[in-house]
Amino acid sequence: MTEAAPPPGLTVEAKRSDEAVIRIRGLRTQFGPQIIHDNLDLDVTKGEVLGVVGGSGTGKSVLLRTIVGLQRPTAGSIELLGADVLSLTDQAKEALRTRTGVLFQDGALFSSLTVAENIQVPMREHTDLPQELMDELAELKIAMVGLPPDAAGKYPSELSGGMRKRAGLARALSLDPEIVFLDEPTAGLDPIGAAAFDQLILSLQKSLGLTVFMVTHDLDSLAAICDRIAALIDKKVRVATMAEHLRDDDPWLHEYFHGPRARAALDAKASRVSA
Amino acid sequence: MSETHWTGRDGHGHKSGSIELRDIAGKPVLALSGVWSVPTAAALSRQIADLSLPSQGQVGIDLTQVSVMDTSGAWLIHGLMVDLKKNGAAPTLENLKEQHAPLMHLVEGAVANPDESIHSKSTSPLRLLEITGEATIAALSKGRELTNFVGMLTVSFLRAVKSPSRLRPISIVNQLELTGLRAIPIIGLLSFLIGVTLAYLMADQFRAYGLDVFTVNVLGIFVLREAGVLITAIVIAGRSGSAFTAEIGTMKVNEELDALRTLGLDPVEVLVLPRVLALVITLPFLAFWADLMGLLGGGMMTMLVLDMTPLQFVQQLKEAVNLKTFMVGLVKAPVHAYIIAVVGCFEGFKVQRSAESVGKQTTTSVVEAIFLVIVATAAFSVMFSVLGI
Repeated sequence: MTEAAPPPGLTVEAKRSDEAVIRIRGLRTQFGPQIIHDNLDLDVTKGEVLGVVGGSGTGKSVLLRTIVGLQRPTAGSIELLGADVLSLTDQAKEALRTRTGVLFQDGALFSSLTVAENIQVPMREHTDLPQELMDELAELKIAMVGLPPDAAGKYPSELSGGMRKRAGLARALSLDPEIVFLDEPTAGLDPIGAAAFDQLILSLQKSLGLTVFMVTHDLDSLAAICDRIAALIDKKVRVATMAEHLRDDDPWLHEYFHGPRARAALDAKASRVSA
Repeated sequence: MSETHWTGRDGHGHKSGSIELRDIAGKPVLALSGVWSVPTAAALSRQIADLSLPSQGQVGIDLTQVSVMDTSGAWLIHGLMVDLKKNGAAPTLENLKEQHAPLMHLVEGAVANPDESIHSKSTSPLRLLEITGEATIAALSKGRELTNFVGMLTVSFLRAVKSPSRLRPISIVNQLELTGLRAIPIIGLLSFLIGVTLAYLMADQFRAYGLDVFTVNVLGIFVLREAGVLITAIVIAGRSGSAFTAEIGTMKVNEELDALRTLGLDPVEVLVLPRVLALVITLPFLAFWADLMGLLGGGMMTMLVLDMTPLQFVQQLKEAVNLKTFMVGLVKAPVHAYIIAVVGCFEGFKVQRSAESVGKQTTTSVVEAIFLVIVATAAFSVMFSVLGI
């Protein structure tokens, strides 16, 4: 590749860095002697869908957990919606959490509550909505994520893996957050469901200015809905659009984006665009 | 960063939404304004309920002034239109902002008919009868399941006897350590204290009749025959029985039991047999230890209160108890162990796939185990009395 090309992602970032809803500087995460992230910088701009990729053990989920405050980094600073996550009071942290939603890998639904009750947990804790409206909103979210209406009264143990994931998404979207963090959202969904999920994210994003931080390995999702892709390489993150990543000559990126499965996803995207 | 910046969405936190019925050129128009999102939804739904909605003709819903909308806002607007239509009016959305259009569309498309399935639970007096019936059937079927479980355990034990390679010595030794070795301090301490309490109480009472030395007799018989083994069993039911239930239950929640089955391993053989065998081996030793510590605690107290020398105490004890007294107590230990381990494991298998269920079954396991241990103690007493032991 040419040395003249600007570092991937820099141009995009410089243009709108003041709109960053997530701003990470000099992040260092360390478990004992093992360093996961070192001096990692990342800006996520308002209203974008950022896909996070990386090989096993590169700390994709750890990065997500660190940003939402489940894990304390060894060093560095994290700004979430303009607030410094690491120095917030508990009250401020709670307020901030009503503006973010997290979907965990297997949904992490509360097993002793029904799906509708799960969705209502954040509403109950953080709002004064009347029960009737909460019931209606829960039904709405259930329909939005593509679950049948009778899922409302079911317990997580009665749902399939894919349905649990959708229910988890409905709970993450319960308070219409500004940022949603999705950990492998489409893994375990059938291709039709995964595509419908992608479209759901897109339509919510348009209406709410939703920012999506998505750890994913679904190349179809990456190609279809991600504005930019952050690749975790060498304990740092390399952010660029799909097209820029395709030109990158990093061996891992090359293999990732030029493997047989990536080609299929990209071909599919190309044919969709031309159609 | 200022407080207000992130207490509300997009900096509109302290603004609120409103709805107003206006008359513009003879046509009723509902003018919506401000923030239509979760923080304002409760107030807005009250405002909507207070409105007297037009019941005929064209009704405009003007969204020009709506600055923020999320799904709850869109839902309220959608509900408003549904209500208007039900009233017989023909509502139209006006000036829907481009960035809100997909959301309105999404809500309209997603809406299912609101059914009452979530909140339908009958509360009639017949329900009481229903609950009684359900509880009876549940109790009976539990009895059957427990019998079934004991059967499976017996089969897997006999299989293991036939081919001892199935016995999993590592598992058993591990359980011996967890249930036996680690329980020594707590059981020792408890028995010692119970011995102290007993001796003190009895010395006080017997002294009034000048029968001081009988303190030693009663202490020896009671600790050896009943107290040592019973205290041990109760502590172990709370300590190991609950652990068995929680361990096996959590494995069930994680589908680890199913994984074992698909790998061709029998969960009863892998998980239950080592635990039962280990507990049956350790409990007699623990009970023996409890006997010793109980006598030690009681002995120290008698010597203190009644001014006895250690030699006098031992001589008196020797007269009061014999090997049979000791054996009568200890023979119950393996039975108690079997009850605790079987109930603990059985309740673990009964866990449903939820965290709450793990807690519930663990409680049940401890309560049931202690109950059955006491029933067994009573049965032994009757049996010994009939047999004249």
